[in-house]
Amino acid sequence: MRIKEEASRLLDSEYMVPAIFIILSYFAWQFSGLTGSFVFNQVVTRFIRDGILVLSLIIPVVAGMGLNFAITVGAMAIQTALLIVIAYQVEGIKGILLAIIIGVLLSLVLGYVIGRILNRVKGKEMITTIIIGFLFNSIYQLIFLVGFGTFIPVANKEIILTRGIGVRNTVDLGMYRNTIDKLGLFKIGELEIPLFMIIIVLLFAAIIFYILHTRFGQEVKAVGSNMQTSEILGINTDMIRIKVMILSTILAAFGQLAYLQNIGMFDVYTAHMNADIISCAALLAGGASIKKARIRHALMGIFLFHTLFIVSPQAGQNLFNNAALGEYFRSFVAYGTIALALIINIKNENKFS
Amino acid sequence: MKNYRLKPPQIIISAFLILLIGLSYILHMDLVVLMNESMVKLVMNGVLVLSLIPMLNVGAGMNFGLPVGIIGGLVGMCLAVNFRMTGFYGFFMAILFTLMICTLLGWIYGLILNRVKGREEIAGIFIGFSFIPLMNYFWTLAPFQNREMLYPIGGQGLRPKISLENYFNHILDNYGLISIGNIEIPVGLIVIFAIICLFLYLYFRTKIGRATIAVGENEAFAKLSGINISQTRLIAIIISTIIAGFGICIYAQSYGFIQLYDEPLSMAFPAVSAILIGGSTGKKTFIFEAILGTYLLQSMYLLSVPIANEILVPELTEILRTFITYGIILYALLVRERRGIYS
Repeated sequence: MRIKEEASRLLDSEYMVPAIFIILSYFAWQFSGLTGSFVFNQVVTRFIRDGILVLSLIIPVVAGMGLNFAITVGAMAIQTALLIVIAYQVEGIKGILLAIIIGVLLSLVLGYVIGRILNRVKGKEMITTIIIGFLFNSIYQLIFLVGFGTFIPVANKEIILTRGIGVRNTVDLGMYRNTIDKLGLFKIGELEIPLFMIIIVLLFAAIIFYILHTRFGQEVKAVGSNMQTSEILGINTDMIRIKVMILSTILAAFGQLAYLQNIGMFDVYTAHMNADIISCAALLAGGASIKKARIRHALMGIFLFHTLFIVSPQAGQNLFNNAALGEYFRSFVAYGTIALALIINIKNENKFS
Repeated sequence: MKNYRLKPPQIIISAFLILLIGLSYILHMDLVVLMNESMVKLVMNGVLVLSLIPMLNVGAGMNFGLPVGIIGGLVGMCLAVNFRMTGFYGFFMAILFTLMICTLLGWIYGLILNRVKGREEIAGIFIGFSFIPLMNYFWTLAPFQNREMLYPIGGQGLRPKISLENYFNHILDNYGLISIGNIEIPVGLIVIFAIICLFLYLYFRTKIGRATIAVGENEAFAKLSGINISQTRLIAIIISTIIAGFGICIYAQSYGFIQLYDEPLSMAFPAVSAILIGGSTGKKTFIFEAILGTYLLQSMYLLSVPIANEILVPELTEILRTFITYGIILYALLVRERRGIYS
């Protein structure tokens, strides 16, 4: 009996998942035969690419709404803004600023809509956000694959398919590529550290830390721990939850912008597709749960998850002579982490209630 | 069935369907051919939709973990093809293998779902999603022998699309096919479908079936009347998984190919949306609702393909398909919660 208790305590501790990731990544790295500096550079790149997206998940978790799979909606908002800016050929820094403004406004509206929807499905937020993500994806495709060139006139003919309807699969972000990555790029031997972007990610982390420690943040925590009590205390829980979703969506929009400007190419129909799964898995890898998430979980999780993500295809190649097996391992880790976190969390919830 | 009345999604889908029929009439399409195909499509997808019913009725929600059962069926068919079993014998053996594998998978799946009572849907999504890459290892590494299943050159393991041409392609579609003029009635297919419906109908008439419904309607009350909740749920989940396995076998013999790897990933959502269009609210569901929903949804898909091709944007069908699928599921989630059917 003691052993069982010890085992379940170990399983519940927030260091369990990170420890598994460290062990797995270490072995996968050994088998992959990649140099440490290569892996490090890759992980740092992923850190600045995905950092803000992962951070955008924290506030909904604190508000007790679980993992927000609808961050893809924020990602699509900024992509829409970028496509509009490109379609009307607004170039340079002016273009980026315009894209940000449009993207934030769109995220604000969409975040409000998502918040309203989630207020009607209390207790089932996660499944609803997944479905919302898929639904908005088809609306997004409808606009850009069918709407552009038919109902919506486009000045920039370069991004339109030859048949005259629909946006191409990939759009070049040449005019905005790596505009800010290269700022403050440090080199220590073979290691490259894009200092400016790291500071940006940490700045977003600081903003979230600050928000969670304001009065609003306290209310969010109260709503997250007990909705009935906070309602009695005079907190407008529905409004708080809507604000949380708006914030999360806007942060996701910024996250996707960082991601796209780092890659420099823009897969119009697929760039946002797995943003939710990978970000959620990264957050959980850092030791968060669907009830509790801190900024350190996000920051640590990105490093742990992406180390495994980078080394596993090569490890699959070397171990089984088949890179595809490493790919499968990657998807298994991403989905499996979320599945395991859900099962453990819900089981505990049922035990206490 | 007494209090049956039309619900908004059904009205919208039916209106859309009538619009499509009108359009296809204007565009001079052969409606008889489309009618024939719609019968095949109904059975092809209908069994997968029927498989959701036991889990809905036991109160385990919409089975987004459908890939679990589908993969069981895929393994069953791969085994049959591997041993070169052809014709009816092959199909029967595929069903038999499926039965065994799905019982095992369903049992494990049920044990997991019993631990996450009340949140089966979100857990089911990710159990299904994570089971798929795990099975990709099996497809790649399992020692299958039949050359027709393996990658011709280069690759390792099974190919993503295995043709059933020499095995049991259209075995049910062509069995007892009656033609009256242009109208074709696939009797064999419909008989199989009817048998599965009948099985479900009789299951809910047995003692254990009544217990299933009781658990779904009021768990606390069922517990007080001495029903073993976990066991009842487990049986319902196993039956769901087995029928899902049969469903993919019937689907594959109609389609002509076994589709492996990531293919089952998105198969759960259309099935769920079909049963919701039929009028289910995510709680107790009638067999009739599953059939009606599948027929409406599949006929609409069928009609929209040639029409979208006619107006020069072929992607439109697929987009509309996903839009309708997810829109319906979201609607059902919203309505169900507001009525407070779920706690």
